[in-house]
Amino acid sequence: MLQNILINGIMTVGIYALLATGFALVFGVARIINLAHTAFYMVAAYFTFTFATVCGLSAPLSATVSVAFTILIGLGIYKLCLDRIREHETTVLLVTVALAMVFQESLFLVFGLYQRAAPTFVSGFWEVLGTRVSYQHLITLAVVAVVLLGLWALLYRTKLGTATRAVAQDREIASLMGINVRIVYLIVFGIAVALAAIAGAVVAPIFTLDTSMWIHPLLMICAIVVLGGLGSIKGSVLGAFILGFAETLVVSLVPMGSFIKTAVALTIMIIVLVVRPEGLFGIAFEEERL
Amino acid sequence: MQRLLKELQGEVLAIPGRDIVVAFFLFLFILPLITTEPFILRIVTFANIYAIYAVSWDLLCGFTGQINLGQALFFGVSAYTSALLNYYYGLPAWTTIPIGALVAVGMGFIVALPTLRLRGIYLALVTLAFPIVMTGIIFAFANFTGGEIGIPGIAPLSPSRTITYYITLLVMLASVFVAWKLVDVKSKIVRTGIILQAIREDEITARASGINTIRYKLLAFCLSGFLAGIAGGLYTHVMRIAGPSTLELMTSVYPIVWTIFGGVGTIFGPVTGVYILFPLVESLRVVGEIRILLFAILVVVVLVSMPEGIAVWVRDKIERTCPRCKLINMATRRTCRACGAELHLIKGR
Repeated sequence: MLQNILINGIMTVGIYALLATGFALVFGVARIINLAHTAFYMVAAYFTFTFATVCGLSAPLSATVSVAFTILIGLGIYKLCLDRIREHETTVLLVTVALAMVFQESLFLVFGLYQRAAPTFVSGFWEVLGTRVSYQHLITLAVVAVVLLGLWALLYRTKLGTATRAVAQDREIASLMGINVRIVYLIVFGIAVALAAIAGAVVAPIFTLDTSMWIHPLLMICAIVVLGGLGSIKGSVLGAFILGFAETLVVSLVPMGSFIKTAVALTIMIIVLVVRPEGLFGIAFEEERL
Repeated sequence: MQRLLKELQGEVLAIPGRDIVVAFFLFLFILPLITTEPFILRIVTFANIYAIYAVSWDLLCGFTGQINLGQALFFGVSAYTSALLNYYYGLPAWTTIPIGALVAVGMGFIVALPTLRLRGIYLALVTLAFPIVMTGIIFAFANFTGGEIGIPGIAPLSPSRTITYYITLLVMLASVFVAWKLVDVKSKIVRTGIILQAIREDEITARASGINTIRYKLLAFCLSGFLAGIAGGLYTHVMRIAGPSTLELMTSVYPIVWTIFGGVGTIFGPVTGVYILFPLVESLRVVGEIRILLFAILVVVVLVSMPEGIAVWVRDKIERTCPRCKLINMATRRTCRACGAELHLIKGR
């Protein structure tokens, strides 16, 4: 029981961490609240399923191809829609929700109501501490860890990362220093979509796919990102740990837990925010401070 | 009497945007004379209710700048309160709706107290959580609240469809008028309009100017809760059921869709948005499954091309403010109707 909770908890945390860092990155750098973020996760999961079962590609290949396709879609949407309305904060909120609904309904038209799951990358399991952990779960965890480390290296060890952080701190000054801010926005949006797509591709064999699978993770990553402090990658990962484990505990220990799992997670977020209004690692920007 | 007529001519008839508003409300009044088709009356009745709801969101978010993604909390709490009072105690609609609205005001107060410390996007994401927490509570007390099914068999607002229509229409007109007066920047009677907009533009400066921003933010939450509560109570009595759908995410999203589609930060914007989008979505039922897809694509396309909203876009096309005396003129005039300044040289607003 305990081991199960631990394994499932780590899985949930990993997925939420991937999604939340991308969401936090786009908000921190481009000041876009992308409520369609988890829609990309759903799209990637469905692509993985399609390539694996309909086109008959091998599972790792279909995951890669679907991530690539999702990034292309994401960049296209950024160029076509979000780039033009970036200045209108509330309009961005609405357009991204509407885009998520476009994805949801398109997938519904193609796949219908049936819930599906993609084939696993490798079958079999590994016995540890008396519980069976399937290799699929291990691969998922490894992918999440590698991607998060890669993101950290990208942000703190490359020139692009320095430019990204500079834009996040002060757009005007970064622009004066010769950084092409629009290109940075585009790249960051691409990276965030890639993170969501990777999360979608690795969960496709584990979770059942349905067209409303973007709503619950969206609520959770909003809570996680606010809990950890907006624009803070470290905070997002820590927030994912807290809320991911809280959710797993509630689902496995409380009777009828899956009904109230969101309510419990969100209550934790509210309590933390009442104590610390800028989140655990939030940065109060100079001109935004109250 | 003559002064009134003159005022009417100067303040209403000479401004094309207000002409359209007056014409549209007159049309709503005579609608039951034109058609008594139950389907159309029902849709417009709901549009009336949702107009109040959308205006309540605009008051809080468009004017005060407190982005609330959980407006369904006020709507749902009032809907459930009205339903419970009617179901268990048999109270009539004209008492349950005001009580529901007052409970929603209380909820507004409860939500505002912890969230006053939060701003901008933090506030938005926290408010998103409240209706979901409330849904959890409703499910936890399923014996009392009906759980997933909700509370059916609520007394109707009135026995006749036409009377129900007129009740909602009058309540809508009164609410919209009150909201419009409350946020009127030029008003000499109430100062809320200019204060709320000052808080939206720059909270620190507003505070430095001696405005008790906390008090006015609380006021904005309570006013918004009251209007949304009235909408929620009316909804229950027209729909005759209160279910968890009144608290779900889409119920919070719809007022945002209507308001931003019409034009945020204007009272006419959300009303326009409701009367365009709601009947459109309902009539799109004929195309079946792709209804929501079409709707979402429409919203994206309109907003990407008119980011300030459709009503603001139209207003800027048909009205022009005189640069000298700030009077609003018809866009076709070459000179200002009061001071004769050249208008055709300036572009837009």
